[in-house]
Amino acid sequence: MTTAVTPARPGSRTLFDWKLLLGTLAVLALLVGSLLIGVYDVFGAEDGSQMFAITRIPRTIALVLAGAAMSMCGLVMQLLTQNRFVEPTTTGTTEWAGLGLLVTMILFPSASILTRMSGAVIAAFLGTMLFFAFLRQVSLRSSLIVPIVGIMLGAVVGSVSTFVALQTDMLQNLGIWFAGSFTTVLRGQYEPLWIVAAVGVVVFLVADRFTVAGLGEEIATTVGVSYQRVVLLGTVLIALATGVVTVVVGNLPFLGLIVPNIVSMVRGDDLRSNLPWVCLLGIAIVTVCDLIGRTIIMPFEVPVSLILGVVGAAVFIILILRQRRHG
Amino acid sequence: MAELTTAVRATPTPPRTVRTSAALPGTRRARRYWLVLIGLALLAAAFGIALVVWDNPMPVGTAGFWRIVALRSKNVLVMLIVAFCQAMATVAFQTVTTNRIVTPSILGFESLYVAVQTGAIYLLGATGLTMLTGVPQFIGQIVLMVGLAVALYGWLLSGKHGNLHVLLLIGIIIGAGLGSVSTFLQRLLTPSEFDLLTARLFGSISSADADYLPIAVPLAAGAGLLLWRRARRLNVMALGRDVTTGLGLNHRRELVVVLVLVAVLMATSTALVGPMTFLGFLVATLAYQFADTHDHRHVLPVAVLTGFVVLSGAYFVMKNLFYAQGVVSIIIELVGGVTFLVVILRKGRL
Amino acid sequence: MITLDGVRKDYTSEVRIGPVDLAIPAGGITALIGPNGAGKSTLLTLIGRLLGLDAGTIEIAGYDVARTRSKDLAKVVSVLRQENHFITRLTVRQLVAFGRFPHSKGRLTAVDEEMISQAIDFFELADLEGRYLDELSGGQRQRAYVAMVLCQDTEFVLLDEPLNNLDMRHSVQMMKHLHRAAAELGRTIVIVLHDVNFASHYADYICAVKDGAVVEFGPCAQVMTAPVLTEVFDTPVQVIDGPNGPLAVYY
Repeated sequence: MTTAVTPARPGSRTLFDWKLLLGTLAVLALLVGSLLIGVYDVFGAEDGSQMFAITRIPRTIALVLAGAAMSMCGLVMQLLTQNRFVEPTTTGTTEWAGLGLLVTMILFPSASILTRMSGAVIAAFLGTMLFFAFLRQVSLRSSLIVPIVGIMLGAVVGSVSTFVALQTDMLQNLGIWFAGSFTTVLRGQYEPLWIVAAVGVVVFLVADRFTVAGLGEEIATTVGVSYQRVVLLGTVLIALATGVVTVVVGNLPFLGLIVPNIVSMVRGDDLRSNLPWVCLLGIAIVTVCDLIGRTIIMPFEVPVSLILGVVGAAVFIILILRQRRHG
Repeated sequence: MAELTTAVRATPTPPRTVRTSAALPGTRRARRYWLVLIGLALLAAAFGIALVVWDNPMPVGTAGFWRIVALRSKNVLVMLIVAFCQAMATVAFQTVTTNRIVTPSILGFESLYVAVQTGAIYLLGATGLTMLTGVPQFIGQIVLMVGLAVALYGWLLSGKHGNLHVLLLIGIIIGAGLGSVSTFLQRLLTPSEFDLLTARLFGSISSADADYLPIAVPLAAGAGLLLWRRARRLNVMALGRDVTTGLGLNHRRELVVVLVLVAVLMATSTALVGPMTFLGFLVATLAYQFADTHDHRHVLPVAVLTGFVVLSGAYFVMKNLFYAQGVVSIIIELVGGVTFLVVILRKGRL
Repeated sequence: MITLDGVRKDYTSEVRIGPVDLAIPAGGITALIGPNGAGKSTLLTLIGRLLGLDAGTIEIAGYDVARTRSKDLAKVVSVLRQENHFITRLTVRQLVAFGRFPHSKGRLTAVDEEMISQAIDFFELADLEGRYLDELSGGQRQRAYVAMVLCQDTEFVLLDEPLNNLDMRHSVQMMKHLHRAAAELGRTIVIVLHDVNFASHYADYICAVKDGAVVEFGPCAQVMTAPVLTEVFDTPVQVIDGPNGPLAVYY
């Protein structure tokens, strides 16, 4: 595979340096922007501070958590499959999470957000395992085939969801759930997103093992890494992050794909020192897209998934064409 | 070990009656093929006739009876066109891409169709749909879809780095981008407008307009005929780019011609009845099993008949047994989708 | 005769083939040898017009490869790549029959069937001709592929490492078949080989390739010398007199 992610060279770069500090400051500035921008005048109005606490702060925290989680998810999947074009939207994981959510809603109409989330996470886990099983069975001649199959798999799962939703008159709701948007993120609803913070921490701790597992079962076993366990752990992390984000926020298409790719284009493939950058850039892109969505047709909002879908598709195409030129 | 015996040079070849390279060597396989073909043809005819005359509420021979027959014949004809387009396009597409788990519908035809329909309703409300009905509009949609496909081919298959996988992936991604626009617009629709739209977004045989047939039939037949005349070259194309070139075919030219024909077939089918993502996949997969030969002159007829039997059979059963003809296309999509899952889990190589 | 004149193919600024000037005489077997990544296979695919040139010209029997129509070239030169995976399920005979495509355009005549039978018999595949390719062993399958290009009935035959994945017995068998094809059927065979000693014994000419350029070209005796091989493979090579001609010893 020509797009293999080369393994990390531990210690070749320090984890923290002034560039990272600068990047962090820039993202913080964006987040302050997110806190301040919106239809409601949080400083002028009487209940401004209350609204600030109920909507702006949760929304901004959600941006941070979802952006970081989904881009790290993409990175983990790319490491495990050694394929640059893999992420939750190109493997059907998101669609599985959606199907799980839908089925839970139908079986338990009054389900709490945690129950719904469990449904989504379990479905995402099964779907991702299915995709990995498929990848291990086939020998691939082209790395581009993987996302093609993954997207078709997603379409299959999506059509099942559509069928179920159509039978239960939930089709239009389905569209609303799936379209990722931070509009509805309020205090009392976004808190489950903190789960994905834990996912992020675990990824930081075991990232190198994902790289080794990505080199294949034999190599992993040779260097003393239990392949099965690492893949299982990776899948659980991906499913948790995707499931939770899908239920609370919705679909964030292409985020996990474009962020790790842009980072490694700029900085090369040094996993360990790239990780914080992947987080930062993920947060930055989601925040910028959300800010655009909030302001472009004020006082209405465009869901972040629309902007990400269009921008992400464009960036994805540029990435493919770049690879094509480099053979 | 068979190998050992063949390695002995002196083994005289036993006198053979006929040595032939026919697509169906041996009488047993030839008989099996023709039995399958005749069986499919009979089934197709049975379903076709049953759909027309079964459960006709009017007494036989009256004017009302014939009116219903005419109406239903239109539906059968539409099914025939859709089955023909999807089967021919998918088999040809899988051959030239040398990949049996892709379908041409992923190239963005359907997302474009959905985006056009959604956009029309969003901008113009319910009147938007009526504005999209009509022969010129039908032609317009086909031209738009074929135009997009040809533009993509021209861009991505030309030049030094022309690459088929890049083409496929970019087609899919453009589809995904269009999809997010459609999803957003759908959120803004009122529930009644959304219901109107839903009817358009699922392949629906009965919603096809009889006025479109004089355009759809020649388009499908013309593209189909051109593909049929290339059937022998398709046999070669299935062996991949290098072998095709080595055997003296201009691979890129053949590829572009076949892909344009595929685009015409898919656009005709989609503009006629709406998206049918996995029908083609299901039909092609079944047809390879049924025909059991590499020769497209044998595979294509089986595929078309299989497509018609699947479509008309599902329609007949759902209509007369379950009284749920509205969900026919969705059921087919589901079965096709499940087939897809089974195939990717069983396939050894891509 | 195959002539290469100033042939160049650029990949990146570091990786390039050529410029190559070479004249491969008609008749006999010419072996391309060289280390991994030297550009042997690329050179072969360039001659077989499977890859386009960036500069220079290649002529096969007087036909300019870049200008002649592909279908006319298919009657002069046939080419077999190393990797052959087909999505369709073919019997040996059906595969070999594809070799007739340039002549019959897929409508096989009695003459074509006769030629197919001959090619199959030539490679001793007659008993296997009704078997599917996926039911054969690697050696048998490789013979079927070569039978197909031979059935194309071209004066020039280009083969990219046909001994790949073959054990000793099957390698020798394959080379004997090719040797017979060159001698009895008068074909000119250009073949990429990994094993210098196979080249030494079965080929008439050897072309040593290194870093995208031809280092040495000539009859076997001229190339099978210690200095030439040592330079080409960047490893000490001795050439001794074996029972069947010169032998390279490199371990």
